[in-house]
Amino acid sequence: MFIIKCPFCGEREQSEFKAGGEAHIIRPKQPTELSDDQWAEYLFMRKNIKGIQFERWNHVHGCRKWFNVVRDTSNDEIKAVYKMGEKPPVQ
Amino acid sequence: MKNKYSIFSLIKNAFSYHENWQKAWKDPLPKKEYDVIIIGGGGHGLATAYYLAKKHNTKNIAVVEKGWIGGGNTGRNTTIIRSNYLWDASAGLYDHALKLWEGLSQEINYNVMFSQRGVMNLAHNLQDVRDLKRRTHANRLNGIDAVYLSTKEVKKFCPIINTSPDIRYPVLGGTLQRRAGTARHDAVAWGYARAADEMGVDIIQNCEVKNIKRKGDVVEGIETTKGFIKTNKIGVAAAGHSSVLANMAGLKLPLESKPLQALVSEPIKPIIDTVVMSNAVHAYVSQSDKGELVIGAGTDDYVSYSQKGSHDIVEGTLNAILELYPIFSRMKMLRQWGGIVDICPDASPIISKTSIKGLYFNCGWGTGGFKATPGSGDLFAHTIANDEPHKLNAAFNINRFVSGDLVDEHGAAAVAH
Repeated sequence: MFIIKCPFCGEREQSEFKAGGEAHIIRPKQPTELSDDQWAEYLFMRKNIKGIQFERWNHVHGCRKWFNVVRDTSNDEIKAVYKMGEKPPVQ
Repeated sequence: MKNKYSIFSLIKNAFSYHENWQKAWKDPLPKKEYDVIIIGGGGHGLATAYYLAKKHNTKNIAVVEKGWIGGGNTGRNTTIIRSNYLWDASAGLYDHALKLWEGLSQEINYNVMFSQRGVMNLAHNLQDVRDLKRRTHANRLNGIDAVYLSTKEVKKFCPIINTSPDIRYPVLGGTLQRRAGTARHDAVAWGYARAADEMGVDIIQNCEVKNIKRKGDVVEGIETTKGFIKTNKIGVAAAGHSSVLANMAGLKLPLESKPLQALVSEPIKPIIDTVVMSNAVHAYVSQSDKGELVIGAGTDDYVSYSQKGSHDIVEGTLNAILELYPIFSRMKMLRQWGGIVDICPDASPIISKTSIKGLYFNCGWGTGGFKATPGSGDLFAHTIANDEPHKLNAAFNINRFVSGDLVDEHGAAAVAH
């Protein structure tokens, strides 16, 4: 359990949020052109990093907005929070 | 040669105050080279090494473990064993394991305290009833024992369940697999470690893998905290850390590692002589031989390797437990912990070759790997020894995420994963 600072509402308990998984996976621009391998990569393969991970969260029990979080998955420490569409902070 | 464990050896050792028992396994330093290296000294890894030595005549095997034997997820699960899975591929896999469990204590001469006390799954709404009936039929077509129980029969089988129609999620029925049950989880790791050691397997503890070395598309060996070890076959059975090892070899897996929590209560007299699981309200409970209630909670929805989970998950599970078993309302919980489980998108495991020659993965067991330990080890050993899968694990290859031929057990497998 940890505290997440929603960029719209401020600090709230993690239980108010829904985790949305790895961030910055780009949706294919031309889905019809994709090979099976590329589909598998897009749909299923994940970095699943132990350490600094960029991920999406949704404040479901609050403003219901999506945003990005940089979190150390080895100890759940949050390093940065930034809005959708903003450039990720450099490590 | 190991001394056989028996009633006579117990009596003999009692005379020397149990101070002269033989070591269960050696603690060797790694050799320069092995024919096969298994990464991960949990139940699955040790079972793999044991069956490789026993059934496939592989001589030169090492198991490398970053901690100590029995200190990982093998010692963190809630010890439930069952095979009542919906799909044919899963039924084949898990029932193969269940059949091996039935003779395991004798085979490895180690009492794993396998107890076929039955596993009951509850239905709390109309859709649950339909799903559970469908699964019961599917199980029986696959030769797996399963019966559907009415609310009355549920109450008769486990009298402490609150079957009042007035609770928030009333019990509308359930399924029962009588051959299912529990086993002492760390004894499974110790038993396989001892049996593998006797077959000549080197069990190397406190040896963390730092890198997997490959030359092109062929593995060369592993860098560890105890130096470089050469090999041309590596089997990875590292549970929650599978992706970390895959990344070392430059592979990506379809896994997410999440905390799964469990807790045990203070010990009490026997009150529940079976395992009761409820998918809809997410509460599992059984009672250990020490008398503790063993309670399984759900996973958190975020990736984490912290071995901690969120409090609200435990709270949700205990709410459900208290509504189903009001008798437990004043019990104290003694311990709570988290383990990191690697979850596949289809909630089925991967026992497979990879695109790198000599690198094999046994992962993705998610929240339910313990029950499969002997079967997983047997089939993974077969896959490594023959460089091709056994027919029972052919469906669990890594290419299913490319072909789309998934074994979708999410929600179908009697519990939500």
